[in-house]
Amino acid sequence: MKTDLSPRIKVALYGLMCVLLIPFVFPTWWMITSSVKPISDIFAFPPDLWPRRFDFSTYAQVFELQPFARQYWNSAYIAAIVTAGTMIVSSMAGYAFARIKFPFSNAIFMVVLLGLLIPSEVTIVPLFQMFLGWGMINTHWPLILVPIFGAPSVFATFVMRQFFIALPTELEEAARVDGLGRFKIFWIIALPLAKPALGAVAIFTFLHSWNLYLEPIVFLSSTQMFTLPQALTQFTDAYGGAMWNIQLAAATMTAIPVLLVFIVAQKQFVEGLAHTGLKG
Amino acid sequence: MSLATEKETRPFWTIARRDAAAGYLFIAPQLIGIVIFVLIPLGLVFWYSLHEWNVLANSFNYVGAANYQMLLADPSLPQVLTASAIFSAGLVVLNLSLALLLAVLLDQKLKGIVVFRTLFFSPVVVSLVAWTIVWSFLLQNNGGINGMLSAFGIEGPNWLRTPTTAMISVVVVQVFKNVGLNMILFLAALQGVPKELYEAARVDGAGAFKQFRRITLPLISPTILLTSIITIVGSLQVFAQIAVLTQGGPGMSTTVLVYYLYQQAFQFHFFGYGSTLSILLFVIVAVLTFAQWQLRKRVVFYEN
Repeated sequence: MKTDLSPRIKVALYGLMCVLLIPFVFPTWWMITSSVKPISDIFAFPPDLWPRRFDFSTYAQVFELQPFARQYWNSAYIAAIVTAGTMIVSSMAGYAFARIKFPFSNAIFMVVLLGLLIPSEVTIVPLFQMFLGWGMINTHWPLILVPIFGAPSVFATFVMRQFFIALPTELEEAARVDGLGRFKIFWIIALPLAKPALGAVAIFTFLHSWNLYLEPIVFLSSTQMFTLPQALTQFTDAYGGAMWNIQLAAATMTAIPVLLVFIVAQKQFVEGLAHTGLKG
Repeated sequence: MSLATEKETRPFWTIARRDAAAGYLFIAPQLIGIVIFVLIPLGLVFWYSLHEWNVLANSFNYVGAANYQMLLADPSLPQVLTASAIFSAGLVVLNLSLALLLAVLLDQKLKGIVVFRTLFFSPVVVSLVAWTIVWSFLLQNNGGINGMLSAFGIEGPNWLRTPTTAMISVVVVQVFKNVGLNMILFLAALQGVPKELYEAARVDGAGAFKQFRRITLPLISPTILLTSIITIVGSLQVFAQIAVLTQGGPGMSTTVLVYYLYQQAFQFHFFGYGSTLSILLFVIVAVLTFAQWQLRKRVVFYEN
C-alpha cells in the first residue's frame, strides 16, 4: 500500500507511532534511569523521568550481593556454545533433509518435527530424572545438551531445510560432477550460501538460551552456577522484598549489551528473521 | 573371499549408497538428540503419569489411571485451564492485531521509518526476565504507571494484586515483549504483496479498507496462520513472566498450566501428578496445532 501520503496524514501517522512507542521504549528507559537513583527516590511522586540525584553504588552492590560476574559468564558461555552447536547440528540436518536422498528421510523428518509439538516444558520432569541419574544436576550440561540436540533445535532445522530447498542446485550439481564428496559440497558450497538463514538461526537460538528461565531454576541450585535470568530474581532483602534499584541495575547490565549489538546490527537482525523459512 | 570380490562387477559404495550414508551421518546428531531428549522423555512422562511418586516420601507405586482420575477431580484444574485459555486467547488476539497494525504502519512511505521499526522491535532483544522485572516495578501499587495515572487524576488499581488486572498485566507485558517478531513477519509478507493488485483495485474504485480486506488479508493469510500457530504454542509455554510478576496469583487467577505443573512437580514434589499434567499440556498443544493445520485448508488462500 505504498502511496505518497498527504502531509496531514504523515503527521497523523508519526503521532500515532510515537504514542504506540511508549510501552515499547519507556520500560527500558525507566529501567536504566531508575537503576542510578537512590532507593529513596525510586518511588518518588511525581515520577522523575530523569534522576534528580545519581547513585551509582547500586552497580557495585550487584557484584557484592551475588557472584554476578560469574553468573554473567555462565549465561554468556552457555548461550555461545548453544548457538554454535545448534548452527552445526541444524544446518547439517536441514541440508540432509532438503538435498540428500536416503531411505525413510521423510518419515525421519516427521519424527524430528515432533519436537515442535513437544515443548521442553512437557518433558521437564523426566529430563530432570535423567540428568539426576547422570549426575548432571547443578551442572550446565542440561542447559547445553537439550537446546542443541533436543526440541528447541528442531525449529532451527526446519528453517535451514526450508532455506536449502529454495536454494538453486546448479552449483552443487557442478561440484558433484567434479567429484566433490557430500561433506565438502555442504561445507564449501552450500553453507556459505546459507549465511542469511544461519544468521537468523543464530539470533533466535542465542535469545532463546539467554532467556531460558524454567530450566535453570529446575536444574541449578547453587548461586555460583546460576544464569542471569535466575540471578536477577534473587536480589531481595532479608524479608523477601525486592531491592528494586539493585535489581534494576543488574537488569540493565543484562539487557544493554544485547540491545547495543542489536542497534548496531539491526538490519541483519530484522531482515535475517524476515527472509528465511519463517516467511511460511 | 578374494574370489568373491573379483567377481563383483560393481563396487559396494555406489553413489546412491554413499549419499545415503552421508544423509544418515548428517541427520544423526539431530535424530539421536530427538530420541534421547524428546521421545524417550515423552515415553517416560507417560510411564511416570501412571505412578504415585513423591520424591520426599521416596514412594514410587504403580497406580494405573489414578492420576488421571485425580486430574479430572482436581478442584484447581478448571481455574488453571480457564487462566491458560484466557491468557492464550488474550495474547494471540492482542499480539496478532497489534503486530498487523504496526506492520501496516511500518509499510508506509515515511522518512525515518527504520528508526521506528528498530524501536518497536527492541523489546524482543531485551532479556525476558529483565523486561518482566521492569514491568513488575512499574506495576507496583506505588510504581511508575500509577504515578503517571495520578498525574492525570486517575487512581490506578493495584495491578498485580487484583485478579482481573493481574491477568491483563501478564498478557500485556508479554505482548509488548514479543509482538516485534510477528510484526516483522507481517511486514515481510506485506512487502511481498504485488503492487499491481492495489493499482487495479484503485482503478476499480476500491477504498483503502476494502483493499486491505480483499487483497492484503487473503494474500498474507499463510503468514497469519504461521504466526498464530507459533504464538499459541508459545503462549502455552509461558512461565518466567508468571513466576516474576504474580507467582500465579492473586489466588490462582494467573496460574497457567505450565506454572501449575512446575508447582506440583518441583515445589510440592508430586512427580507422578506433575507428569500427568505434562501429558495434558502435550495433548492440548497437539490438538491446537492439528486444528490449525486443518483450518489452513479452508481459510488460507494460496496463489497457486
